[in-house]
Amino acid sequence: MTQSLDYLKETASQTAGPYVHIGLAPGDAGFDIYRQELGHDITGPNAKGQQITVTGIVTDGTGAPVKDVLIEIWQANAAGTYAGHGEVEDGFRGWGRVIPDFETGEFSFETIKPGAVTGRDGRPMAPHLNLWLVARGINVGLNTRMYFADESAANAADSVLNLIEQAHRRATLIAQGDGTNYRFDISLQGEHETVFLDV
Amino acid sequence: MTAELYQRDREWHPPALVQNYKTSLPRSPRNALLSLQGSASELTGPTFGHNDIDAIDNDLLRNYAKSGDPIGERIIVHGRVLDENGRPVRNTLVEIWQANAGGRYRHKKDTYLAAIDPNFGGCGRTLTDDNGYYSFRTVKPGAYPWRNWINSWRPAHIHFSVFGTAFAQRLITQMYFEGDPLIAKCPIVQAIPDQRAVDQLVAALDLNATIPLDSIAYKFDIVLRGSRSTFFENRPEGN
Repeated sequence: MTQSLDYLKETASQTAGPYVHIGLAPGDAGFDIYRQELGHDITGPNAKGQQITVTGIVTDGTGAPVKDVLIEIWQANAAGTYAGHGEVEDGFRGWGRVIPDFETGEFSFETIKPGAVTGRDGRPMAPHLNLWLVARGINVGLNTRMYFADESAANAADSVLNLIEQAHRRATLIAQGDGTNYRFDISLQGEHETVFLDV
Repeated sequence: MTAELYQRDREWHPPALVQNYKTSLPRSPRNALLSLQGSASELTGPTFGHNDIDAIDNDLLRNYAKSGDPIGERIIVHGRVLDENGRPVRNTLVEIWQANAGGRYRHKKDTYLAAIDPNFGGCGRTLTDDNGYYSFRTVKPGAYPWRNWINSWRPAHIHFSVFGTAFAQRLITQMYFEGDPLIAKCPIVQAIPDQRAVDQLVAALDLNATIPLDSIAYKFDIVLRGSRSTFFENRPEGN
């Protein structure tokens, strides 16, 4: 016999289910309860940098929109600083919740384009948003990243994108856009399945 | 920034694809997840303060009451948020949502025939204290049918959302109630491969925490991923 290790085990995940909005965005469930809901405003009023709009749709393995998905965004400010870990603009949290239209499944959110954040190899990572998806039928929330097509040089050097063995799948993490409006579709399964991350 | 986290035990969590949980079939990725060492993007996360929420937000008996108390068994749900090292996770946001005592959700997409309770919203939120402790007052949710097999019933449950200090600790789970025979029959619960992980989701009746002649209590501790406290090399940038 040996001594036993006394670590606890992480609580197992369970699906957020179809009614996740009641808890995390009650206004979208159809009622008003809190003085303020959290996550509507990713950047606050004082954020510097390029304002952008990101539009997209999450689809399942049959190609149907996942209308009950809830996406959380976590991002740095335009200087590449995460809130709570350096100086950021007053009111900047860099976190938000995105809910698609219940009829079409299309989502849209506004934020600012983040700056490059230093990666664990000490070199800058290409600008990206961190995304976390939960929905009915998703047993453990799915992490992914959204990069920007107009950062091709930075993307080509990005340590995470370059870890994706099948090079053609890197495109699933890159939003197409003109510097102001970006399109980012997420595919849970199938030919164009998005690369999801075990963080 | 949080120090590097212990690897998430993917054999402890339910897999993405579970045949008996039908909705998981088209919504489960077929490719392997890409495993990353933590960078600032994963090891930082949003924080919340008392100006974000109100004191009444954790009292589901009162936070939507219009003309009186909601119908149902009055309960207290309380516990601690800890990490895998057993340390309290302080000042972290805990959000819950649930059906009412009849098993009906206040959601425009829920059409179950059980009645809406005019005095029950079904959501609450709070911040843990310096010991990682939280509590809610609510009514015990009812079981309800759902379209999986034609006769599938969810055990009574409360959904929990917890943050921690790193975005990679983000967790949503469900709390069940001691003694519920539907737990063993639920495809969503039974998606979890290890019975010990299931047991960890079942809140214990906690008579010491009841309010006599008023409310019964259940205790539910939540464990988030732990971080390495001693490491000497290979640190993520910024530590």
